[in-house]
Amino acid sequence: TTLFRSGHARWFRAVSSLSPCPSGVLRADGSGGRMLASRALSLIGKRTLSTSVGLRAHAGVVKVESYTLPSYEDNRAVPLPDVAYVGQLTAEQNALKEKEKGSWTSLNNNEKLELYRIKFHESYAQMNQGSNEWKTVCGGALIFIGLTAFIVLWQRKYVYGPVPHTFSEDWTAMQTKRMLDMRMNPIQGFASKWDYDKNEWKK
Amino acid sequence: DALPISTMLGAALRRCASVGSLRGLLHSRLVPPSTSSPVAVAARCYSHAKHESDEEFDARWVTYFNKPDIDAWELRKGMNTLIGYDLVPEPKIIDAALRACRRLNDLASAIRILEAVKDKAGPHKDIYPYVIQELRPTLDELGVATPEELGLDKA
Repeated sequence: TTLFRSGHARWFRAVSSLSPCPSGVLRADGSGGRMLASRALSLIGKRTLSTSVGLRAHAGVVKVESYTLPSYEDNRAVPLPDVAYVGQLTAEQNALKEKEKGSWTSLNNNEKLELYRIKFHESYAQMNQGSNEWKTVCGGALIFIGLTAFIVLWQRKYVYGPVPHTFSEDWTAMQTKRMLDMRMNPIQGFASKWDYDKNEWKK
Repeated sequence: DALPISTMLGAALRRCASVGSLRGLLHSRLVPPSTSSPVAVAARCYSHAKHESDEEFDARWVTYFNKPDIDAWELRKGMNTLIGYDLVPEPKIIDAALRACRRLNDLASAIRILEAVKDKAGPHKDIYPYVIQELRPTLDELGVATPEELGLDKA
């Protein structure tokens, strides 16, 4: 057998751990052997260890949570989910399932469709279809960004105090003259844009 | 010690993962075949694992699905694994899978398998019709309807 199949067999044996095992220890390779250590362990911890017998007895008392059970999912990467979509079948559906055991050529298209819908929720076409939700999301985000403009304007008017006096026209004029007088960045920067001979900004 | 570390690193570098080679035989785009020029290959750091040929891969999967007493779990596990690979399965593998569905009295899964094959082909629209064409005798024999016949290809 191939690598894949032997791997699966190991998986399968691991799953069937609730079957009774004489020594109380089920090893991964499937042999419930009677090794010395495991025998000693089962003798010591008969009550403390949760043996397979103990687990089965507890099963009737504990409520099984639905999230612990295999669930259905529509996923492109998982064509055959763990469980069928419809769990409880009606009488007609049960009858159809019986008919499914016979030749499928005797089923008409409606019955085949019904069988499909029992097992699966959405077809690939349905699960892959896009929606227009992105328009709602983008539009909503942009609207709220736009509304914040009002908040910013109100804030500017009612929250912020006056701008410092050093931003007034007179002051910035004096400031500019001082920057030119001290030849700030004369090569490529500020003062390089001023024509000192004509006393004006270079064209 | 410097020596053991450097040899370990060297070994790790030599063992760097191979570029996943395409197994599917349905090449609708140009793909370098696995037996490309040895000169170029020698310079790459492919893994030292044995490389399975396409035929071996197909045969392995056909054998898997042809198991006479295959159970539902094995069918699901097989299909979900196969769909996880970066390839569109050969019609003969799908044929074996459909027959496994028949043994399990599971028509819905058979239709789902066809949908999955179409989905795997992605933008290569010519692959699925080819697969259906190859499977037509089996589909008629088993009575499996294609998703198109049932209107499942429309959302």
